[in-house]
Amino acid sequence: MTKANMHIGNAAGFSGDRMDVGGPVIDSLIGSGQPAALFYETLAERTLAIAQRERRANPEKGYTPDLAGFVGPVLKRCVENNVPIIGNFGAANPMGAAKRLHALAKEQGIPGLRVAVIEGDDLRENLRGLQTQQWGEEKALDLANTEILAANVYMGSVPIAEALDLNPHIVVTGRVTDSALTLGPLMHHFGWATDDWDMMAAGVLAGHLLECGSQITGGYHADPGRKNVSRMAEIGFPIAEVQEDGSLIITKPEGSGGVVNTRTVKEQILYELDDPSCYLTPDVTLDISDVEVEQIEPDRVRVSGAKGKPAPDTWKVTISVDGGWLGEGEISYAGPNALARAKLAAQTMRERVHVLGLDCDLRTDLIGTISIHDGDSGDLTASFDGEPQEVRMRAAANAHDEATAALVAREVESLYCDGPAGGGGVRRSTTWRVKTGSVLVPRKDVHPKVRLVTENDL
Amino acid sequence: MTSDHAIKIPLYEIAHGRTGDKGDRLNISIIPYDDSAYDAIAEQATEARMLEMFRHRGATHAQRYDLPKLKAFNFVLENVLQGGVNNSLNLDGHGKTLSFHALTMTVRVSPEVLGAAKQARGD
Repeated sequence: MTKANMHIGNAAGFSGDRMDVGGPVIDSLIGSGQPAALFYETLAERTLAIAQRERRANPEKGYTPDLAGFVGPVLKRCVENNVPIIGNFGAANPMGAAKRLHALAKEQGIPGLRVAVIEGDDLRENLRGLQTQQWGEEKALDLANTEILAANVYMGSVPIAEALDLNPHIVVTGRVTDSALTLGPLMHHFGWATDDWDMMAAGVLAGHLLECGSQITGGYHADPGRKNVSRMAEIGFPIAEVQEDGSLIITKPEGSGGVVNTRTVKEQILYELDDPSCYLTPDVTLDISDVEVEQIEPDRVRVSGAKGKPAPDTWKVTISVDGGWLGEGEISYAGPNALARAKLAAQTMRERVHVLGLDCDLRTDLIGTISIHDGDSGDLTASFDGEPQEVRMRAAANAHDEATAALVAREVESLYCDGPAGGGGVRRSTTWRVKTGSVLVPRKDVHPKVRLVTENDL
Repeated sequence: MTSDHAIKIPLYEIAHGRTGDKGDRLNISIIPYDDSAYDAIAEQATEARMLEMFRHRGATHAQRYDLPKLKAFNFVLENVLQGGVNNSLNLDGHGKTLSFHALTMTVRVSPEVLGAAKQARGD
């Protein structure tokens, strides 16, 4: 018997995403009357090290800071309409997230919340005992005498599908592949076999298209006059309508802003891709060589042709270690001779680092000429021959210690009095940095754990 | 595209793109507005030329993957982010702005190809 199409909606493509976008998506999912799931992707590569640090400072924390802000606006409707929410917002503390979600349900008067928690991605304690292999051609992190701040394996969709067997309202994960947040509910609904490679590939492609939220509905796309996107302030987040054979239609809530066309879809298909015939995930090796896109109606694009090859025997682990400190400061010059004064400020900064004998790598930018496309050596900036009305001089330094980074930033502020004429608008900051690297571990050494957490379990 | 009538233009006139990052590796998609520009891009937007576009940032290798069904190209550049988001001193450690640098590469196209692109991109 043919299974009904499943609709998967996305309500966050990164941890800094808009928090009011879930409403129209859930309305659309409920309105369709189809089996549906809603997911949030909020975990960037470095996020786990920062989350681990938060958890160390407060054992209750370490999950996505905006958890309640993301889930709050949709929780009641999701629970009442049996649309499961799936999110990697557990970060370094999936149980902590589950507790916060129960508290949120209580605040909103929602009884009997069921949260499934997936753990097993955190390999920090046992990484040094595992047989690891180098990942790709990347230079390996030197882990000797270094504290591992976070080490998390990218788990696949199987534990998510298993978690959905427990009939939860919410599935909370730590590190899983972004695409697993989509493939998991599809496997659960359609009953696809884990070695049905073309179906696994179709589900991973669906996830890849949805995982960055609005990046397929007009976000990160608009170029006025060429790639026009209407009403970006109310951009609709994406929905994939997936058929049992794996073909799918990408769309967005009716009446929302943004656009879904072959351009937005093609840009997102290739986003963060390396070899298009070999996109490695723990679930399948995806080949998009034969993928085709077709606009079938306004804001509806059909995507088909994903091919799958067997999944790799090793899974990727991202490791985070201390990356030192970044100190930054900026100051603006405007009006006649602004460029020359900004150049003098940059030169003064380089000399100050030398005078103070600071151990750091310094870069200076002249924002308003050519800066962001330039390398650290400033070749393009040197070739700039315009006469801008405003230039903002930025100095940035990497240092091992916080004090040195902070001192470089402070030196920019001192240019108010000690630098060229008419410098204003200083801003400065000092930021802790995380360095990441990846290794591979045998999949047999990864043990996902799935459990249901009700209010009685707290 | 060596015809007498070929016009020298930046890729930006006939294509759009998007960048993504993984560590110090950057990928840039180049997608013609109209399919008719695919061959001209395939012929002229070579790996060597793309590498040259990013040499000032220390890029060491460029690979191009062609997607004739999707009518798109995927360039993968190594060591172009000067440390990547975790280590770069550039304001844009992700390299999110760099597709617009790649699109400044010049190519020669026939007036017909340019005309088709202009028509396709005018929403």
